[in-house]
Amino acid sequence: MNLFQAINNSLDLALSSDPTAIIFGEDVAFGGVFRCTVGLQEKHGKSRVFNTPLCEQGIAGFGIGAATAGATAIAEIQFADYILPAFDQICNEAAKYRYRSGGLYDCGSLTIRAPCSAVGHGALYHSQSPEAFFAHCPGLKVVVPRGPIKAKGLLLSCIRDKNPCLFFEPKILYRSAVEQVPVKEYTMPLSKADILVEGDDITLVGWGTQVHVLREVCQLAKDQLNVSCELIDLVTILPWDKETIAQSVKKTGRLLIAHEAPLTSGFGAEIAASIQHDCFLNLEAPIERVTGFDTPFPHMFEPFYMPDKWRCFEAVKKLVNY
Amino acid sequence: MLPIRLACYGLRSVAANCKRINIGALSQITRKFSSDERPQFPGSRSQWTEKLEFIRPDLYDGIPVYRVMDRKGKVIDPSQDPQLSQEMVIKMYKCMTQLNTMDRILYESQRQGRISFYMTNYGEEGTHIGSAAALDPKDLIFGQYREAGTLMWRGFTLDQFMNQCYGNMEDGGKGKQMPVHYGSKDLNFVTISSPLGTQMPQAVGAAYSYKRAQNGLCVMCYFGEGTSSEGDAHAALNFSATLDCPVIFFCRNNGYAISTPSKEQYRGDGIAGRGPAYGMLTIRVDGNDVFAVYNATAKARQVALNEMRPVLIEAMTYRIGHHSTSDDSTAYRSVDEVRYWDERDHPISRLRNYMLSKGWWGDVQEKEWKENCKRQVMTAFARAEKKLKPNWKEIFTDVYHEMPSHITEQLKQMEEHVQKYAEHYPLKNFSKD
Repeated sequence: MNLFQAINNSLDLALSSDPTAIIFGEDVAFGGVFRCTVGLQEKHGKSRVFNTPLCEQGIAGFGIGAATAGATAIAEIQFADYILPAFDQICNEAAKYRYRSGGLYDCGSLTIRAPCSAVGHGALYHSQSPEAFFAHCPGLKVVVPRGPIKAKGLLLSCIRDKNPCLFFEPKILYRSAVEQVPVKEYTMPLSKADILVEGDDITLVGWGTQVHVLREVCQLAKDQLNVSCELIDLVTILPWDKETIAQSVKKTGRLLIAHEAPLTSGFGAEIAASIQHDCFLNLEAPIERVTGFDTPFPHMFEPFYMPDKWRCFEAVKKLVNY
Repeated sequence: MLPIRLACYGLRSVAANCKRINIGALSQITRKFSSDERPQFPGSRSQWTEKLEFIRPDLYDGIPVYRVMDRKGKVIDPSQDPQLSQEMVIKMYKCMTQLNTMDRILYESQRQGRISFYMTNYGEEGTHIGSAAALDPKDLIFGQYREAGTLMWRGFTLDQFMNQCYGNMEDGGKGKQMPVHYGSKDLNFVTISSPLGTQMPQAVGAAYSYKRAQNGLCVMCYFGEGTSSEGDAHAALNFSATLDCPVIFFCRNNGYAISTPSKEQYRGDGIAGRGPAYGMLTIRVDGNDVFAVYNATAKARQVALNEMRPVLIEAMTYRIGHHSTSDDSTAYRSVDEVRYWDERDHPISRLRNYMLSKGWWGDVQEKEWKENCKRQVMTAFARAEKKLKPNWKEIFTDVYHEMPSHITEQLKQMEEHVQKYAEHYPLKNFSKD
């Protein structure tokens, strides 16, 4: 299965196992602009899989209300770039629902999915990775899968999680990431980072598409520098698995974080600040971040904007030679 | 004769589907399909015109205001009197007056520094009690912040109101929010939040859930005329209509959004003027007429549930009090204007006159109730003031369903700090458990 098929499968299982589950958003009825909801309206009915008017703040607000009143609400925002009108509903409302009501009300059964990240030609408004905005909002969970197998399990976990969850799906992986995805129903734990490659010299941390870039960097480093990299997929941005990263950095003494989102206040900043605090005496070099630049996401210049394997490789070189 | 819709599929299928149709009929169908009798655009549903004419909204009179009683409380058309029982009407009266009394005491308590903030409901008691009385107690209410009477009607006690305002350890909200941000699960009143209008699309989603659950309940969504300018209001009205949700939108048009008068809030025919544009059943009522509010809400509920569609009620009223304890409305409106509404068109006096005319109330009962009511409010007030605040560690609870490790870490750090610097923190005011 590719990524959109895995997500489709996960949504199908969610609807089949939970009669209160509903999926809604722009264009989800015919299958969605990325085909994640293909066949679902046909199978589960128009009252459960339906289009909403074109209004992200409405989609988010509607989802919160539906969740509060007992439904498992799965909202789709067409592109993560367009989630910003829903920011008030997501951060001022969904995230705070349980806290401000003293636990009387909550919208834990709300999940919002959105395609994110670079796709090659998306430019300013079809390439964004907004995870950092939401990481700053206590009460939310933010998850970014790296491929079909993780996506199916993580999405089901988010849907069943008793907290409002944001699930950002790297759109470039929708068709290109293909894996042998188990057909059965399964979930995967949130807030647990995955160590994908074990190593001794340097820790590399990323999420989503960037994990695949860093995998190539591991190989380059091994071949050209004889450096052994430990590759970690963070998986969940909020709450994030600090322990796994810290443990790794205590072993390697070096940390490189890479993400597509811009440098300043990108989520790498949070990881860097926390890890330098917890692992100060273990560090052999400053923590390095290789990220998108502090500019909007450009169209023609995407190959220069991205935190590609050469920029990451160069950073690895710098760190091991510090 | 075939319907026009079938004709759109193409002449070949038409012919295939109706072997029995004669040539004459077929040519008539052809004519309908190719004629421009009506516009065929998917997005519209009207007729053609060859006149270049703009709609002039300023030339139309606004949607009329439905009322049952005149300003003095006399029923105008007896067929509109809901004929509520004496018991019910007295309950309504007592609820409105108790709300008024509680407002006076709590407003004063803020002036004296006992609570941090308060918002009164003066002048709008009719909108609360009239509408709440027409709902099922299990209908879910999403409010804005000036609907305390609906909670009071449902049975929220004076203690519960005061505990929330004092943010003490008995507050259902665990001291997390400013005063008047009430919430009650038992009474189906969703906890108030400060951002305006956010409750509106939420009410729509909740109504959709209720529709799917087939539980025979509707959702009631209150908001002010100022809030109706928020984007969320537009989103909510549009979604509710397109998704066929059993939700009643109740707009309290009280003439002011803090200092902004309604003529600076909108240029069209208020909020009711927008309902038809969304394809929604709409009515405008006299919000200071408890029976008009009651009748409209009862009917709206019936329609919402029987036809699975939203209804918009715009209740015209007047905000007699300041916006809140942080506001002095003499800065932007005349005392005379306020006095007019207080003395000449008040929901409580109008209902009282109705009760007097029925022989259900008199000076003796009024005096007795006034004293009784004040005493109850004062004793609840004294009780609430004495209670401790919740344990300060509640800061860290309910952020998530379960407490994640990073929050536990912060809690532990603060525990150590408070232990070390105990004398610098107001611990004696907070509960130990």
